[in-house]
Parts: sequence; C-alpha cells; structure tokens
Amino acid sequence: MSKDQTIGEALRARGISRRGFMKFCAATASMMALPPSMVPMIAEALEKARRPSVIWLSFQECTGCTESLTRSHSPTVEGLIFDTISLDYHHTLQAASGAAAEAAREAAMQENEGNYILVVDGSIPTKNPGYSTIAGISNVDMLQETAAGAAAIVAVGTCAAFGGIPHASPNPTGAVSVSELVTDKPIINVSGCPPIPVVITGVLAQYLTFGVIPDLDELGRPRAFYGQSIHDRCYRRPFYDKGLFAETFDDEGAKKGWCLYKLGCKGPTTYNACATTKWNEGTSFPIESGHPCLGCSEPDFWDGGGFYKAISTPTEDITRTAVYAIGAGAAAGVALGAYNRSKKHRMEKQHQKVGIDDLEKGD
Amino acid sequence: MEIQTETACGAEPDSFATGNVIPLLHEIRHALQALHDNGQETVIDLRSIPLGPGEEELIQERLGRGEVTVQLSALGPSEIVETRFSGVWLVTHRNNDAEVIGKFVEVCVIPRLVTAQQADIRAGLAELNSQLT
Repeated sequence: MSKDQTIGEALRARGISRRGFMKFCAATASMMALPPSMVPMIAEALEKARRPSVIWLSFQECTGCTESLTRSHSPTVEGLIFDTISLDYHHTLQAASGAAAEAAREAAMQENEGNYILVVDGSIPTKNPGYSTIAGISNVDMLQETAAGAAAIVAVGTCAAFGGIPHASPNPTGAVSVSELVTDKPIINVSGCPPIPVVITGVLAQYLTFGVIPDLDELGRPRAFYGQSIHDRCYRRPFYDKGLFAETFDDEGAKKGWCLYKLGCKGPTTYNACATTKWNEGTSFPIESGHPCLGCSEPDFWDGGGFYKAISTPTEDITRTAVYAIGAGAAAGVALGAYNRSKKHRMEKQHQKVGIDDLEKGD
Repeated sequence: MEIQTETACGAEPDSFATGNVIPLLHEIRHALQALHDNGQETVIDLRSIPLGPGEEELIQERLGRGEVTVQLSALGPSEIVETRFSGVWLVTHRNNDAEVIGKFVEVCVIPRLVTAQQADIRAGLAELNSQLT
C-alpha cells in the first residue's frame, strides 16, 4: 500500500465499495461521538486524507494497550483505520528487530519530519535510565529524540498519560508520564487501563478527518470521549438518584442491578466512554457486569484508597471531608467527588521516588 | 404514532430503566413530523444514548417491523428495516464477525445507503464496458 494513497484510495484498493465506505464513515462518526449529520463531512475529509506515518513507542507497559487495539482478527472499523495508517515502527508488531527495527524508526522520522504521529504507551522511568531500554537506548532518550519531529503525540493508556501503575506508590522507577517530559508538542492523552480500542482509533480518525487535535479536557483527554463521567452516562444512575444501592455483591440490591456506589464504584469521579461505547464488541462494561468502576482512566487510580471502598469513605482527616461537604453546600456525592479530586491533586504533588536500594532496606 | 406518557414504559420501578425510552420515541415522533411537513431527514445514533439491558429491545419492539427489509452486504452485513411507522427505519451495521458497529434510527423516505452510489455506478459501468469490449 503506497504512502501517497489517500485513505479513500486505500479502501477502494481493498475492494470496498462506496456503500461500504459510507457505512465505515457512519460507524466512524458514531465511534467519534459525532452527530450522524456529520457523516458526509467525514466521508469527504477521509476520502482525501493522506495516510499518516505513525511511530509507536512502548515503554514501561504490559502490552495491554496494544492488545486492546489489535485483539480482533476480523475487519472492524478500528481495524480498518489501523490498517489505513502507515505504522512504521511498533516493536511488538513489526517483523524487524534490533538494529533493523531502529533503522526503520530513524528512516520514518527523517522521511516524515514534522508530520508523523507519535503514539506512546507505557510510563517512562527517570530514576535510572537502565530500568527500561530499547536497543540500548533509554526510554527518556528515545522519547525525546522521537518527539522532536512529531506533529502530535498520542499518549495511549493511563501509564503514558499519567504514569499509571508504574507510578503507583512507592514508584520505584520514578515513572512519569509523557507530558512530564515533553512540553513543546501537542499531546493527546487517551487514558484507560487499557483504553477502549475504538477510543484509540477514534482519536486517530479524528486527527485524520479534521487534521487538528481534538478538543481536550483539563487533563489533555479528548472531550468527545472523556467529556462526561461514567456516572452521568450509567444506566444504573436512576438507582443512585433514588438512593437504591447494592450493599454487598450478592444481596438483593445487587441482584436487582442497583447502583454500585457503596461497593466502591468510581464512576462519579471517572471520565471515560465505557458506559456508551462499552467493551467486547459493545457487549457490556464493568458496571453492567456487576463490578464497580475502578476509575482506571484517572490519574493515580491505583492509589485511590481501595477499589471496594466507596469514594465517600474518608481515607484521611474526616474533618476536612466535612468541610468540603458543608462548603460545597451541595449533595454529599458532589462534595465528596471534589474532595477526592483534591486528594488526587495532593498525591500528584507528593510524588515519591523510591529506588531499588530503598525497597531492599525495607525487607 | 401513539406514545404513552409514563416514565419508564410500564417497567417496574426497581428494574433497569433509564427513562430514556419514551423521550427517544418522542424524538422519533418529532422527526417524523418534520419529514412529513417539510421533508427534513433525521438520523439518531442509538449508541449515543444510555440504555439499560433490554431497553434497546424495548425500543425495537415499540417500533415493530413494517413492510420493507433490506439486507446490505458491504464490509459485513447490514440490516435496514422499515418499522411499522412508514418513514422510520432501523439501521443496524455489523462487521464480518457479525459484531454490531453501529445502530441508527433514520427518519427519511429511504436511507441513502440503499440507493446506488455514483462511484459504484461509475465502477460498474467501467467493468461492464471492459467485459463487452
């Protein structure tokens, strides 16, 4: 497939009819959370868009983000978008390895200077460059070298967006997010552990369609997917509003599908598209399967005080919680949400760095 | 179209009801009125609306099936069903694994995807010409 082909040409070369292309555009609009009235505009833009070069770097990660995107073996909308980009470097997926792989990365950087999209999954260790290297190059060096010529960076997964699990206390590797190291490029954070596959490709599709980075929230996430809380879009929300909660995983409330807030659901403080886009080919999402939301698309979700503790459960000074509740003059859920966000902000400031030596001393 | 005004379509108060079924049916009713009055077409993305388990089926049940069903085979199967309310179509797109990739209510005379597309007509003509020359 030629790099000079437009996406419309690339799809036609695969034998996809205009009807198929329009169906693809309708599904893409739905995926991007755009109104169906924009389908003709998406079709026109995608028809003309050139296939972008994409370099994908994986640092301290579990490959779950790549797995999320590529697990499907049949042509899906996200698969088609993924196929229409020119993925020039991805050390998990590419056939080349070692020096040949690095040569492919360098060639893509030179040929597409200033125009390629850099996708990063995984956090970056800063404590010791030797904690994570690729072809002998430290993650910090590879990120900074590759980011320099990128048009935009997509930080895929909570590790790349906010540090994620490697960043969790006591953060032994000094893990940081992409945005803590790169400050002079547009960065789109696509958080989630892992992110929903159509959200990853939806961001790429949006960039391909409109040629600009999407509207972002205060954490650098596309508002189209992260603009509303899980709680606001949850089909169990009416039970929350009526005060009907499951108290345990096997009580009558759980069986009747009542709200999981008291079982630790982080839906009220978590922003993601799970409740509408859903998982596993649109089958369901964790809350629909009877499990509270873990809040995996938010910063420091691993250090949030316990997955099964309600967000209203005080983990620190209770008087400060009470001040929030009184000061907000609003429903306790809203006030406690504000308290929780404030706590997360403090945790970000208290960034701990603990090395292997410190951990060994603790044994 | 006659729509009851109850909040959750007769559902028990403690069942999985978001309360979005009836407002959605009203939205369809308004769209059908606009189609009738001035030919204005409307497309509603069912995936953009929070619906609890069973509510999508409830909407389908309320809309019913009319006289026309179109099977489309392009990037996987699609089913385009005219509901029992003429001019209201339920469009379900699937990929080759039969996974649903989009579900829409289209309020129009005929969904545009059903009509022959100019680019495909052009390609078909070229192929027919090459076969006969």
